[in-house]
Amino acid sequence: MLYQQIRDNKRKTILLVVLFSVLVLVVGWAIGYLFNNDWVSGIVITLIVLAIYIPITLKTAGSQVLNMSGSKEIQREDHPQLFGVVEELSLAARIPMPKVYIVNDPAPNAFATGIKPEKGAVAFTTGLLDRLNREELSGVAAHEIAHIRNYDIRLMTISVALVGVIVLVANIGSRMMLFGGGRRGGNNKNNPIIMILAILLVILAPLAAQFVKLAVSRNREYLADASAVELTRNPKGLIKALRKISQDPNDVKDAKEATASMYISYPFKKKRKKKSALWSTHPPMESRIEQLQNM
Amino acid sequence: MVLTIIVIAIIAIIAIFLMTSYNGLVKYRNWVQEAWSQIDVQLKRRHDLIPNLVNTVKGYAEHERETLEGVVEARSQLVNGSPQERIDADNQIEGALKSIFALSESYPDLKANENFLNLQEQLTTTENKVAYSRQLYNKTVADYNIKLQSFPTNIMASMFNFKQEDLLSIPEEEREVPDVSF
Repeated sequence: MLYQQIRDNKRKTILLVVLFSVLVLVVGWAIGYLFNNDWVSGIVITLIVLAIYIPITLKTAGSQVLNMSGSKEIQREDHPQLFGVVEELSLAARIPMPKVYIVNDPAPNAFATGIKPEKGAVAFTTGLLDRLNREELSGVAAHEIAHIRNYDIRLMTISVALVGVIVLVANIGSRMMLFGGGRRGGNNKNNPIIMILAILLVILAPLAAQFVKLAVSRNREYLADASAVELTRNPKGLIKALRKISQDPNDVKDAKEATASMYISYPFKKKRKKKSALWSTHPPMESRIEQLQNM
Repeated sequence: MVLTIIVIAIIAIIAIFLMTSYNGLVKYRNWVQEAWSQIDVQLKRRHDLIPNLVNTVKGYAEHERETLEGVVEARSQLVNGSPQERIDADNQIEGALKSIFALSESYPDLKANENFLNLQEQLTTTENKVAYSRQLYNKTVADYNIKLQSFPTNIMASMFNFKQEDLLSIPEEEREVPDVSF
């Protein structure tokens, strides 16, 4: 059941990434077709933007999240228990010991960053540390360590970057349409049906990209929950921790929309109620708990 | 001419295959050793922590001698003997430590002792590390054994005398991480 779920999740992720890449290239094509009358130039431009944008995002992503969240690195003496728990689980996951951070915030939450295990870092809020016992803390730490081990952070960073590129390219495209830029004069050679399709693509692609990104994010949460149990062999701890976290009504002060998908539970509790399931970064807590109970 | 090229290609393919499967076996064997040394480190650490705990507890609970002696006796087994013997000693200690930690419930002074709490946390994390390393060790050994037995790597394995490794057996109730709350 457990290994089955991890395999399923990995397959879905590959599918989503492929979908993403196709979407990026198709938008590139549509813009090239609309304004340059050819099939290649737009794709080439998009690829160039990607080649610059993605490495930069990957390089800066880790430290950015830590800076934005207002977290401080701690040593063993500051919190021996937390340090011990993280050490135990990185042993179990066979990854180097990540750096440990604490965020001074009463809302219980946690997140992990680091695009590869050697650069991993885990952060916990003081609210979480106050409320959870050792067993529950192990569950949460295992979830975060699993994110690092499964390269989720790299995947999420790439999908955030890809959404950025699609939005950027599509924006340029729609501006050119509005203000009549490009080589409009050559357009009369185009097939009108393909042209309408291309225009629709430029308008709808950013929206579609958002949906895919959120779907990737939700999927990764299930996978991290499953891997956490693979590490601790104890679903109880994570279940109890998730219950405690979801019962707390507070928002995480320093969380941003851009980093919301990194947290173990959606950091804006008040907003969550108004959002529909399609727009959420995390799967509903009840269904996560249910999946854990079935393991 | 064509024939020589084909023959050379076939020989090259076989050589590459032999090399990669040999290297694969070496890699796995090293992983098994590394996983065991991980357990070894933690068992030694447990061995070193126990006298401190015993000394701390002694002052508060003199007449719990029997429990304490049980721990001390099993302690020496932690660093001597075969892997399975040492793991068995560790399981034995785990049980005895549980009763020491439970004992603190009836000695409020002991329960409030900073040193005792510190030792309790250290022993708990060390025990968890033993458990997790043991889990990792068994997983690595299983992967290694599967590789060793599968065709065609098994030919290579018997040629170079790669031996199967034994899994560490764990009593059923030890499978779950101890449910410790403070």
